[in-house]
Amino acid sequence: MITAIEIDGAGGDPAAWRGSEVDPRAILTGELALRAVQRAEAAGIDLATFADALEAPDDVPDQVSVRLDALGLAARIAPVTQRIGLLPTITVTHTEPFHVQASVATLDHISGGRGGWIADVSSSAEAAAVIGRRPPAPAAETWREARYVVDVSRRLWDSWEDDAIIRDAATGRYVDREKLHYVDFESPSFSIKGPSIVPRPPQGYPITAVRVNSPEALEVDADLVFLPDSDDLPAQVNALQLVSVRVRPHDEGVERLVERIEGWAAAGVDGVHLRPASLELDVPVIADELLPLLRERGLVGPADRGGSLRGRLGLQRPGNRYAGSGR
Amino acid sequence: MTKQIHLAAHFPGVNNTTVWSDSAAGSQIEFTSFRKLAETAERGTFDFFFLAEGLRLREVKGRIHDLDVVGRPESLTVLSALAAVTTHLGLAATVNSTFNEPYELAKRLSTLDHLSGGRAAWNVVTSWDAFTGENFRRGGYLDKSDRYVRAQESLRIVRKLWDSWDADQLVLDQAAGVFAREGAGIFADEGDHFDIRGRFGLPPSPQGRPVIIQAGDSDQGREFAASSADVIFSRHGTFEAGQTFYKDVKSRLTKYGRTEESLKIMPAVTVVVADTDDEAIEKAAYIREQQVSGPTALVLAELLWGRDLSAYDPDGPLPAEDPVVGSSVTQGRVGYNDPFPIVAEWRAQAEAHGWSLRQTVINQQNRQTFVGSASTVADAINRHVQEDAADGFVLVPHLTPSGLDDFVDRVVPLLRDRGVFRSEYSGTTLRHHLGIQA
Repeated sequence: MITAIEIDGAGGDPAAWRGSEVDPRAILTGELALRAVQRAEAAGIDLATFADALEAPDDVPDQVSVRLDALGLAARIAPVTQRIGLLPTITVTHTEPFHVQASVATLDHISGGRGGWIADVSSSAEAAAVIGRRPPAPAAETWREARYVVDVSRRLWDSWEDDAIIRDAATGRYVDREKLHYVDFESPSFSIKGPSIVPRPPQGYPITAVRVNSPEALEVDADLVFLPDSDDLPAQVNALQLVSVRVRPHDEGVERLVERIEGWAAAGVDGVHLRPASLELDVPVIADELLPLLRERGLVGPADRGGSLRGRLGLQRPGNRYAGSGR
Repeated sequence: MTKQIHLAAHFPGVNNTTVWSDSAAGSQIEFTSFRKLAETAERGTFDFFFLAEGLRLREVKGRIHDLDVVGRPESLTVLSALAAVTTHLGLAATVNSTFNEPYELAKRLSTLDHLSGGRAAWNVVTSWDAFTGENFRRGGYLDKSDRYVRAQESLRIVRKLWDSWDADQLVLDQAAGVFAREGAGIFADEGDHFDIRGRFGLPPSPQGRPVIIQAGDSDQGREFAASSADVIFSRHGTFEAGQTFYKDVKSRLTKYGRTEESLKIMPAVTVVVADTDDEAIEKAAYIREQQVSGPTALVLAELLWGRDLSAYDPDGPLPAEDPVVGSSVTQGRVGYNDPFPIVAEWRAQAEAHGWSLRQTVINQQNRQTFVGSASTVADAINRHVQEDAADGFVLVPHLTPSGLDDFVDRVVPLLRDRGVFRSEYSGTTLRHHLGIQA
């Protein structure tokens, strides 16, 4: 089973920040997230996801109403972790696809092949208003556009062949421009010429994930999907399936959770996305109790696996669609 | 009063200044290169580390330019990572105000400031060309004359968002259960280029406002810097030109109610240090030859002439034709507004010295700013600062990532001995290093 953990403020419980074990300032310095991710990594969790949205969190006085940019936070954590995958949430509805793909490629470079993203949409009026470029669109329409953004991102990741940088002092050429490619991408709402500004990421394609909170999300060609915690799983998904579940093991123990995970494994689910109620209280229990039990039952691999995130998830490094095309 | 010098490190970029062909040249992409140069700058107690930006690969005659470094990682993501492995060094990101929205810029830069404990800076650049626009939703939508209008409006809104929380609105009272007061961060703004409203989800960062850097040299650019920037960097040919620029920009500050100390002038410069002045001159000439190969000389001449010069031999004489203004032979880099006097000067110098085209480019275009023994360089830098040609410099090394080793090991100790440069950081934020208020 693949194991993933969600980083969001002080945890999924809106009151988590009030616990005496929490220094609420550490939410804003990133230290709380860093501690949780390092602990998860040491326990052998495969990847961390970072919650975000374009608009600010709800303006509710007794909740964490602030949020760091998830990409920045994941990048801050990359140099001080070694094995865990890092997937910030990045929205695609009001942002520039060219910037988005360059950022994800950069995260993959700085993490040595552990980068990815949760591609998300912004359907709310609030999100549309903070940018003011276009009116809000219904979820179905934003997800349709997200498919194009994911598609062009992979094309741009291919727009540099792996061996495009040649540093040939004899001819004075830094790159072989036959190995750089215009993507000439057209979609109903945007077009991109290319090539990317960032050389091909170490993984070829960083891991693309989606949170399946509407049926249209399943139409995105993702490597990984986070499914809601319900009895009926979608029958046909051409991606690794992780069940996303709220957990509070510091309170409820881990036995029931182990049973549920065993059940999902038996049902053919590929992994579990744990959303701890409190990072400070629950991540240590996940690390010290849950993972060892799952390991005992042969459900997860050893903690110290290195290599790329793609390799860790059992996915191949993709070839390049433009290789050898000469343009 | 003796002025204190400010120094910054520019990661080698995609101009021919960067010598990628040297055996000591490392990766332009791998994080270890960024980390190593940043660590060197921090060892030298520099004010900040600077990353440029790319939005479209450059083209010459319709093909991707392949003679210089091509490609780079995205700057804010790299700097967020560097925040983890440095402790005091300022982290400056170049981000275009034409192809980014103020809300996103405010959020990403504020995040970097929070994550780094107050070390973020934004180098505000503009573009307008349809060539770059082909990679973006909006395309080449902006008229050239509107680019500073949008930049100014963008910066004003970014600041508004950074200022959108009152000091007492972040409460963090765990017992009472008040994280923040309701209504914190609410904003609305309507202008020529933007019509936005909502809530900004980050409280004031350690610096309040990240540092603003600007590089414009035109009258409009200088005015923009005088009204809105904390640091201006630009390049000037001579000491006297630097003094004139310095005086001009500083004199524009009073009308914005600002003091002279509130804007630091830090031109971008190149430095060559060796044991003796003669050795440094020799080393500088060798580096210039590395920087300007025959094909590179032709490309640089094409940028100046605005013409396809591929029929010319770089080791032969200069092109006989007159230059063309506003051509598209070279795409993705700034051309010359008035190439005629420069071409005339090149011709005069080539004739006087018997130089080929390549030799002319080497001698006219790639002269390093400070060349000499450590003591010569330290004296020259200090003179520029004490005599108001600058407040400090952004150093552009020619080698990744070791290009500042000599400067930090040899020149910095002399500047410290002379009492004009810090021996250790006395504060933690970039604003503190620069001695400027938000």
